[in-house]
Amino acid sequence: MPERAKPTLARTEQGLRLAGCWTLATLTRAPQGLRAAIAQAPREAVWDLQAVVALDTYGALLLWRAWKRAIPASSSIPPEYLALFERLNQHVAEVPAARPKRDPFAWVAATGVLAMTFASHLASFVALLGQLVIECLYVLRTPRRIPWLEISANLHKAGVRAMPVTALVAFLIGVVLSYLFALQLKRFGAEAFIVDVLGIGVIRELGPVLVAVLVAGRSGSAMTAQLGTMRVTEEIDALATMGVPRHLRLVLPKVVALGIAMPLLVTWTCAIALAGGMIAAYFELGLDFQFFIANLPRAVPLPNLGIAISKGVVFGMTIALVACHFGLRVEPNTESLSGNTTRSVVAAITLVILLDAVFALATRNVGLGGG
Amino acid sequence: MISAPPVELCGIGTRFGRHWVLRGVDLTVQRGELLALVGGSGSGKTTILRQIVGLLAPTEGEIKLFGESLHDGGRDELAARRRRFGMLFQHGALFSALNVFDNIAFPLREMHCLPESEIRDLVFTKLGMVEIDRDAAWRMPAELSGGMIKRIALARALALDPELLLLDEPTAGLDPDRSAAFVTLIRTLHQALNLTVVFVTHDLDTLSALANRLAVLDEGRILVTGSLDEVVQVDHPFIQRFFLSERSMHALRRGKGTD
Repeated sequence: MPERAKPTLARTEQGLRLAGCWTLATLTRAPQGLRAAIAQAPREAVWDLQAVVALDTYGALLLWRAWKRAIPASSSIPPEYLALFERLNQHVAEVPAARPKRDPFAWVAATGVLAMTFASHLASFVALLGQLVIECLYVLRTPRRIPWLEISANLHKAGVRAMPVTALVAFLIGVVLSYLFALQLKRFGAEAFIVDVLGIGVIRELGPVLVAVLVAGRSGSAMTAQLGTMRVTEEIDALATMGVPRHLRLVLPKVVALGIAMPLLVTWTCAIALAGGMIAAYFELGLDFQFFIANLPRAVPLPNLGIAISKGVVFGMTIALVACHFGLRVEPNTESLSGNTTRSVVAAITLVILLDAVFALATRNVGLGGG
Repeated sequence: MISAPPVELCGIGTRFGRHWVLRGVDLTVQRGELLALVGGSGSGKTTILRQIVGLLAPTEGEIKLFGESLHDGGRDELAARRRRFGMLFQHGALFSALNVFDNIAFPLREMHCLPESEIRDLVFTKLGMVEIDRDAAWRMPAELSGGMIKRIALARALALDPELLLLDEPTAGLDPDRSAAFVTLIRTLHQALNLTVVFVTHDLDTLSALANRLAVLDEGRILVTGSLDEVVQVDHPFIQRFFLSERSMHALRRGKGTD
């Protein structure tokens, strides 16, 4: 095919004679020597382009750069290619526009932006909370407006469908922890205390936090992505124009649903983790199941269960709130969607751990005295 | 110079589930044509366009670009063939993670053999060709208006100097003023770059101002191809409804006025 003809450069008595196909596709496959030859060729030589079969912007640009951005007077160029050089002349400036320089004090501005972003997050989070309180009061006065359908759908999605994965993780962690503790306790001859260690550890701390991390990764990210996509496709605006308050229909059901689902998931997870621990203790220490179960109420006083469940409620609502907060901040582009989803999960987990520390301080005198 | 036509469709049929979207479509696009694929919603025009670029595979039939089958050859030949056409998507499809400059430079950088200084000159040439201010090069797609996005997406589609340009709804979402300017720009580039252009539209203004040949699709097959004047002569209920209603006549006259 003529369009694939190799670009060639021949020296003649008068100057240079170009032939073949001078296009991006052929030039990138041409030997390096050709480019060097063009770059070194004297500008004043006679450039004969009459035999060139095809010339595109890239081919023209190569010549143009060799000619130091002006057509040599002595050249012979077919008229159909002149427009190409004319375009280059017009658009490729002598000193091309450089990327904007980096400001040496950019970090000052960046710090300011960071502080302002944080403030704006805080403000919109508080606004979201306030809006939710208003919606709650409204719903309590007009109970037929309670979005039951959405709440139950969210309960199913975030609660019921999370049961297998939480169970699997809880069981394995229970087994591993029990095995590790058993090794240590055996050295002191305190095998029976595995019930205390596992019971308190799992119910008070590990269960709630483990579920929170799993739910934040699983349901929190899904909620942010869902709200974000709805913003991108203007569905949230469509709801608003129909007079449906988005907080009532989109945010409240998620917060309520996770507030209900999380304590249940925490209970479920703790039970499975303890079961895993019990099985490991049986094999490692020969502790039979009956002993383990009978000693559990003594080792773990009732207030601990209350702590676990209230942690579940608080963590669940926090995760849903954070997820909705970031979801509603998504701007209509893919970068913003992915960024906010990541931030949502990271912020939710961080916040949960912070709240867990607060819980630990507030309840340091509760439920540990027994035994 | 005799060479194969840029696009050849032979007996294309496409089935989604049990429903045939296209059946027995034959179409040849000659070099230098400005061909419009016209049809009602769901008539399969976008499907054809997506099949030409290889995003969808037809259930039956063969598609040839520049005389070669679309999926023939190894990785390098496929890539080389893909560089011979550019596509402008309906919403631009600019990469939102990259700024305007990097968006246009993207296909050039993918060649992995051009020095950065040449890429820079090429990018600014393309930007100039679509009449975008060079200061806009450092902005992100999210900061741009719809009209600018289309122009920059066009610059990206032209980055590798393709011979064939495919446009999906080139003027959808633009106001009449911008839309007319965009049509003029495509016409100018078509002449300046010896492009072959295939586009899909259901905007009659765009159609009459841009196309020099039409292929009218209805119920999965091509009713007629030809110039606008030839097409409107055909006696078929769809063509009567589409081109000869009061509104359509008005739009067609207006489109020709800008010619």
